[in-house]
Amino acid sequence: MEVKKKALAAAFPHTLPVLTGYIFFGTAFGVILGSKGYSLGWAILMSAAVYAGAAQFVTIGLLTTAFNPVYAFAITLAVNARHLFYGISMLGRLRGLGWKKAYLAFGLTDETFSILCAAEPPEGVDRNWFMFFITLLDHLYWIIGSGLGILLGEMVAFNSKGIDFVMTALFVVIFIEQWKSQQCHAPAIIGVLASSACLLLFGAKHFVLPAMLVIVAVLTLSRKTLERRTA
Amino acid sequence: MILTAQQSLLIIAVVALATVLTRVLPFLLFPENKKTPPYILYLGKVLPFSAIGLLIVYCLKDVPVSSAPHGLPEGLAIGGVVLLHLAKRNSLLSIGGGTALYMLLVQLIFV
Repeated sequence: MEVKKKALAAAFPHTLPVLTGYIFFGTAFGVILGSKGYSLGWAILMSAAVYAGAAQFVTIGLLTTAFNPVYAFAITLAVNARHLFYGISMLGRLRGLGWKKAYLAFGLTDETFSILCAAEPPEGVDRNWFMFFITLLDHLYWIIGSGLGILLGEMVAFNSKGIDFVMTALFVVIFIEQWKSQQCHAPAIIGVLASSACLLLFGAKHFVLPAMLVIVAVLTLSRKTLERRTA
Repeated sequence: MILTAQQSLLIIAVVALATVLTRVLPFLLFPENKKTPPYILYLGKVLPFSAIGLLIVYCLKDVPVSSAPHGLPEGLAIGGVVLLHLAKRNSLLSIGGGTALYMLLVQLIFV
């Protein structure tokens, strides 16, 4: 018990930026979901079981159009494909965590990933429980945020038209942060150009999978050059 | 609600399954006792950057460019996010400010 308490106390400060962000985005998600006629239980269920910001915003779109689970599966894979690469980056750090590894892998969101990459527990604190509580706290913030959004949307009747832009803004900010962190911008440019080209060619409904294939193909063909430039 | 409760539950289950798959697959494919191939390590290094570019385009896929207002609200709001972020470099401020600007634009100006 003492071990867990110490780990929780050490984990909490590391999660503060995520606390603000997830309450904000979770609330935005809850407000939009509520505006489509879904109640508190639905928001909690989605945020607990799916636990992926971008995918959950996309899911609202899937819930408000013709029923198509196959498309839902494909589009979620496409939206969350980047998580594959977080997993690959965490192979080393999650080594030897036993059952906690399964939960940490499940909860590997963009934000939790970025914290787990850098955070080290203070001396005398169990590292495994420390990483477990960072993931658990983030998960709870997200669930609470989306619940708040449903309640807020029911209490205050406000015009939420355009609030969906919060997702675009988030990705633009991540894009800028990534751009500043790198000398070589080719992977970012390839992502934007290949996706735009496929959007023009295949249309809004069918461009994501071709875009992913083109991106992987271009990155594979330019591997020699890019490995030299990103080294 | 457009879908029935059962249909909604199924969609949520499918989305949850696909999400878990993207997060757990690397740990299943590359277990602790085996060496990760260099090609996978290379993709892991460059793909996150391309992925965010794809996501931005994905967000804008339904913006009508050939008819009025020709994507102007989106363009202005993205410009706002970029300027705010370059000036203050506070992620929450950039995202909150940009979203507020976009909501103002589509609710009051480009109605």
